Amino acid sequence: MTQDVATAPEQDAAARPILTVEDLKMYFPVKSAGLIRRTVGHVQAVDGVSFQLAAGGSLGLVGESGCGKSTTGRLVTRLYEPTAGSIVFDGDDISKTPPRRLKPLRREIQMIFQDPYTSLNPRHTVGTIIGTPLRIHDIVPKDKVLGRVKELLEIVGLNPEHYNRFPNEFSGGQRQRIGIARALTLNPKLLVADEPVSALDVSIQAQVVNLLQEIQRDFGVAFLFIAHDLAIVRHFCPEIAVMYLGKIVEVGDRESIYDHAHHPYTQALLSAVPDVAQATVGGRRERIRLEGDVPSPVNPPSGCRFRTRCPLAQDICAAQEPPLLQIGPRHKVACHFPGRINQHPRKPLTAGMLGTDDHGTPDPGASPSEDLHSGPGYADTWLDLDNRTFGRA
Amino acid sequence: MTAPSPTAHEPAARAAEPLLVVEDLKVHFPTSDGMVKAVDGLSYTVERGKTLGIVGESGSGKSVSSSAIMGLFHGTSAQVSGSIRLGGTDVLSLDESEMRKLRGRQVSMIFQDPLSSLHPYYTVGAQIVEAYRVHNDVSKKTARKRAVELLDRVGIPQPDVRVNDYPHQFSGGMRQRAMIAMGLANDPSMLIADEPTTALDVTVQAQILDLLQDLQREFESAIIMITHDLGVVAEMTDDTLVMYGGRAVEYGATREILSHPEMPYTWGLLTSVPDVTGDVDVPLVPIPGSPPSLLTPPPGCAFHPRCAYRDQVPGELCSTLSPDLERGGRGPGHLKRCHLPDPESIYQSTVLPLLTHAAPSGAGEDVNR
Repeated sequence: MTQDVATAPEQDAAARPILTVEDLKMYFPVKSAGLIRRTVGHVQAVDGVSFQLAAGGSLGLVGESGCGKSTTGRLVTRLYEPTAGSIVFDGDDISKTPPRRLKPLRREIQMIFQDPYTSLNPRHTVGTIIGTPLRIHDIVPKDKVLGRVKELLEIVGLNPEHYNRFPNEFSGGQRQRIGIARALTLNPKLLVADEPVSALDVSIQAQVVNLLQEIQRDFGVAFLFIAHDLAIVRHFCPEIAVMYLGKIVEVGDRESIYDHAHHPYTQALLSAVPDVAQATVGGRRERIRLEGDVPSPVNPPSGCRFRTRCPLAQDICAAQEPPLLQIGPRHKVACHFPGRINQHPRKPLTAGMLGTDDHGTPDPGASPSEDLHSGPGYADTWLDLDNRTFGRA
Repeated sequence: MTAPSPTAHEPAARAAEPLLVVEDLKVHFPTSDGMVKAVDGLSYTVERGKTLGIVGESGSGKSVSSSAIMGLFHGTSAQVSGSIRLGGTDVLSLDESEMRKLRGRQVSMIFQDPLSSLHPYYTVGAQIVEAYRVHNDVSKKTARKRAVELLDRVGIPQPDVRVNDYPHQFSGGMRQRAMIAMGLANDPSMLIADEPTTALDVTVQAQILDLLQDLQREFESAIIMITHDLGVVAEMTDDTLVMYGGRAVEYGATREILSHPEMPYTWGLLTSVPDVTGDVDVPLVPIPGSPPSLLTPPPGCAFHPRCAYRDQVPGELCSTLSPDLERGGRGPGHLKRCHLPDPESIYQSTVLPLLTHAAPSGAGEDVNR
């Protein structure tokens, strides 16, 4: 269990970050009905998300529908302009770049979409679909476009002679390959893959996942991998962020998240995945039951957003928002009661740091810690929950 | 899982035939390009209180075969032959009006996408009331009471208020619950769930699966669970039917099928999904190629163009002779459609190391044997 040293270097901790997202927010206005459409509220789709992605690495974003993972992906590709926060890509903050200056950025960041049926223009041939980025960005002379298209088709495992066909002549898995070829056309440094395999058959999913892994190995592309399938994300990403209602509740390397999850939501999510190995045992796997539905992001619960469904919730959870605490070399969790399953502390761990008593009421005598706001990436020191000390790298 | 039925009922149950018996079912669609054999000679049985899982990729015929049980091909050009007996009634010989009496009362279906299978113009309550009043001559008031009761049973909060909501006011999980409530309105003895949780998040999926199991225990209904998620099959079903190209390729007790499968297609399904506890360094082994055309199926075994093990079969058997559905090596009731002479040893030596979820080394099995 603790021999994680062997797997740790998989993501080089010192690798240069290609993408640093800090305190990213996206609020969509909710308009009233009628002629004068006043803004009556905001959907807080993404609310203060920070993470870092190393060059050539991959970060998985998981969570239930409506948690803001796709919005985060669209913000990173600048399909949306964020309400607040910064997106630093390769040294430049791209969060406020005006639309007409985004063109060079599109060469660097590309997206793979979920649905291979609606993301390809049915009236264009595959050659046109893949070749268009080349023409728009004027990368290769016109007479060389076809050659490059064929090359790309070969890379993604399609017959290069099929460039003249239309998308409807291909199966779902092949179409997804076309989408991948299109994303690769400009040699991007970052690929945002939004549920790239969830629309495909099981047997085809593996083909596409393997293809994406090959591409990552051969071209050193960084991946922001958005999916709700926890097993696929675990297989693909050495680092995973779990989102709930617009916030990251837990982020860490694969081992920390899947074997030592400290957030009750992550634990519930993992325990709910049906397991093939269960066939020999029979019956259902033990799981943590969550009550109710995800609350509305227009009016999220005060304090911790998960508290309305959390089995551990106490008074402090409604009063104070839990900070994203670093509890391991590459592991952060946002919970007042972080701990392994059935080992959650009884008293809020965070009360002292927040300067409150155990019920979340501000304590006039206490001095809250200054550096609770944790940015993207990881610090060299962390709170070691097992030994109740500070750990150091 | 479902407790074995009390011994007092055993002799009676054995004498009677299972609740659902499907024999040599064929569903063929004539098209301008030729005959599409969507289902071609399928046989299986489901007992009362048991769950059958049907797995296979899109186009393998799993949904079509179930739609045939619902009698959904009446009045279409589809040619349905064979026999489907549900509680002793031959479903295929019924005309449409007789079928309407059966549908919803004896057998009902839960569809994959609850948003498109609920009517957007009617309230959820009205749709359940309709389903109930078709088979029960009761006043609207009584039927409405029943609808509230059902919504409460499937775990919808404030059912007396939510009964007046439209489908779009429900969340995905709640819609699926409402679909289940509608399916259960007349206490059917047979429930067909076509990918009931595919569109849902894992936590909601777990809730819906719990609900189905509770209801099954309560009403002793039989369930056919169509899914592509082998994890769901493992946790929910008693028997598993693996379909490929419109035919059964492996059929037997779920425990055996998922722990000792003997058909390369089942192996492929198992090796192509990662596991939440598996070894991430083991690469996924996909099934190469794509599903066969049902218009011009490959000669011989339909799976042979994609099969990695066809070289281990002597001669050209795989590409010339379609294998029969024969007894497999895992006890009575285990059937497989494959020419491979010694599948178990190939599974142990070649396939097992590829499984990302390291098979539990017997510990779980011994307890259950």
